[in-house]
Amino acid sequence: MSAPPKSAASYGLCSCHVCRLVSRRTDFSAPALCPRCGTLLHFRRPRSVTRCWALLIASFILYIPANTLTIMETGSLISYRRDTILSGIVHLWNTGSYLIAAVVFIASVTIPLLKLISLTLLLISVQRRSLWHPRERTRLYRMLELVGRWSMLDIYVVTLLAALVQLGNMAVVKAGPGAVAFGAVVVLTMFASMQFDPRLIWDPMQRKETHD
Amino acid sequence: MTDQNDKPDLSDVPAAVSEPRRRFSVQLVWIIPIVAALIGLSLAVKAFIDRGEMITITFQTGEGMEAGKTKIKYKDVQIGEVKSLAISKDRAHVVVTAEISRDAKGLLVKDTRFWVVRPRISGGNVTGLSTLIGGSYIGVDAGTSTDRRDEFIGLETPPAVSLDVPGRQFVLRAADAGSIDTGSPIFYRRYQVGQVTATTLDKDGKGVTVTVFIRAPFDRYVKTNTVFWQASGIDLSLNAGGLKLNTESMVSVLLGGIALETPDRNPPTQEAPVDAAFPLFASKDDALKHGQLGVPFLLTFNESVRGLVVGAPVDLRGVTVGEVTKIGVSLDRSRTEFSMPVEIVFYPERLSSANARGKSADQAKLADYRQLLDQLVAHGFRAELKTGSLLTGQLYVSLDFPPHPRPASIRWGNSPPGFPTVPGQMGQLQKSLMQIIQRIDKLPLEQLTGDAGKSMHSLDSTLKSADKLLKNLDNSLVPEARSVLVEARQSIEEVKKTLGEARKTLGGANQVLSSDAPLQTDMRETLREVSRAAQALRVLGDYLEQHPESLLRGKKEDKP
Repeated sequence: MSAPPKSAASYGLCSCHVCRLVSRRTDFSAPALCPRCGTLLHFRRPRSVTRCWALLIASFILYIPANTLTIMETGSLISYRRDTILSGIVHLWNTGSYLIAAVVFIASVTIPLLKLISLTLLLISVQRRSLWHPRERTRLYRMLELVGRWSMLDIYVVTLLAALVQLGNMAVVKAGPGAVAFGAVVVLTMFASMQFDPRLIWDPMQRKETHD
Repeated sequence: MTDQNDKPDLSDVPAAVSEPRRRFSVQLVWIIPIVAALIGLSLAVKAFIDRGEMITITFQTGEGMEAGKTKIKYKDVQIGEVKSLAISKDRAHVVVTAEISRDAKGLLVKDTRFWVVRPRISGGNVTGLSTLIGGSYIGVDAGTSTDRRDEFIGLETPPAVSLDVPGRQFVLRAADAGSIDTGSPIFYRRYQVGQVTATTLDKDGKGVTVTVFIRAPFDRYVKTNTVFWQASGIDLSLNAGGLKLNTESMVSVLLGGIALETPDRNPPTQEAPVDAAFPLFASKDDALKHGQLGVPFLLTFNESVRGLVVGAPVDLRGVTVGEVTKIGVSLDRSRTEFSMPVEIVFYPERLSSANARGKSADQAKLADYRQLLDQLVAHGFRAELKTGSLLTGQLYVSLDFPPHPRPASIRWGNSPPGFPTVPGQMGQLQKSLMQIIQRIDKLPLEQLTGDAGKSMHSLDSTLKSADKLLKNLDNSLVPEARSVLVEARQSIEEVKKTLGEARKTLGGANQVLSSDAPLQTDMRETLREVSRAAQALRVLGDYLEQHPESLLRGKKEDKP
């Protein structure tokens, strides 16, 4: 098969978001409802790119305080520490916990950053109707979806410790404002990747075909 | 969009229901990044506003400090944190860079002091124990200046008194620091009223400057005529006044301290201003002597002044009214004689006569005392050396009215004025001893010894002739004497025999006389008989007395 397969949208077919019933639309300018469940029908996720951009930008903004603000405060009789994500990793590394430091670094720094970058990449390519490696871009999206939830590792640790270690003056662990920002980054990137419609990656192919 | 050519059969796909166009133009999703941006901005602004002041503090050592950990605390409240530690360019100091929080910026003025709080044992108390667990921190004492500053030189030891304690600082100048150190207590009537804040050696090396801080409200007891002395340790002195032991509190015995006292003056003196300078005396006596009007006098003695020392008391019937300040020797070339000039300081104020009270001008007082002393000297007031203690041989100068003084007067013209003296008792004693010795010296001892030699010669010859005589006697008398002795022995033996016989006789007599001897028994019997006879005689006598007629008529017959 030399030419890429035609999309359903090119035939005027549209799938309901809720009940997944495929229906035929005749008037593309007017909104249409699903004949079975009455949900508003769209060919593609409505304003996918815009929403994705909005969430992504919010994530980018919050990524800065997430890394610069204190994520965890640990106080004990002899010391009092306020750690950001990076200082915590450095502390772990310095105290010899290389494996944990590496895991935390990958889960809390690399993955969120890669997610942000790859989502940006996808969005730009979609907006530019790029034809570059659609398959690989789709794979990237799949990986994004898969890996996104694991970024919450830090938040799990902090919330668990804050809940468990409450020994009055002896030892205390508190979540810092950085934890909130970091949690927001993770959640927002998950929403952003949910908002992204991967079918948009393939739409330019259709156009190219038709123009040819 | 749709391609008409190869359209699949879509007849069985249900058609979508048409819907009128909705007005839904506002894209709410953009609220999210706006909110995020606002949060981020507010955080940035807050961080900018809360940004602390960066300061540098220079210390001798970085002991106990750690970048990012060591706190800066004012009154135990954290106001900042050490950000970095570095060695100064000349490698002599440690430069601490610290961030002071925004609300404590007001503390960063010229005279604010920083020091490292470590566990310390000094000045009789233990401080900074909490740092054993929590680690050292940098303490701050807020300055009062308004001159802002961001570079400080840290103190190596904590300041003894923090700047916000009310009170006044004074400067004392001493010959030596004694056992005074920073933090040494200051006592007023043995009550602690302040502390030594610093001791420094003067730049010219000729003394020590002690900075002291007297807490309010006690600082008002420091007047312009207040005297300070070292109340350090134990003051044990042995002089003509005897053995003296003086101590302040046990703390000052161990750590040294300063005591102060304000002598009563009429009218009361002014309070001393801040940073007023005072001399610091070595002892209470020194301090109290100071501040009194002293008049120097020169006493010239001809006798030895051995045992007299500088500081020896000038005594007036047991009351110390001055002290010896200088002892010298001077040679009178014309007469080749030594005399001992002794300078004293006399405190006329101690002769507190009633009419001298209330005068304020010192000069007027002095004139008064001149007059008074002139009168006294005219009445025979003199100085003499006396022995304070026979044990130690210490001398003191006594002022009194000795018997039969030669007329004299104070030579006010000299400097210092000469005060008339009389030879001391020791001197007189020496003089009379000398006279005795001179008399002994005058005796014709040599002639006497010559005579004695002659006498000895004649005695010798006499003894020799006596010896000869004795020998002659020996030759002629001894044989006769021997025969005489033999005879005498014989006689003695006879006497001995005679005595033995006598003893026997006496033994017989003894037997006769003993209680159970027959003679004795007989005697007793006889005596009893005699006694009975006497009784019968008494009966007869009685009868005859009652019946005298019976002599004539005979005894009457008993009537029936």
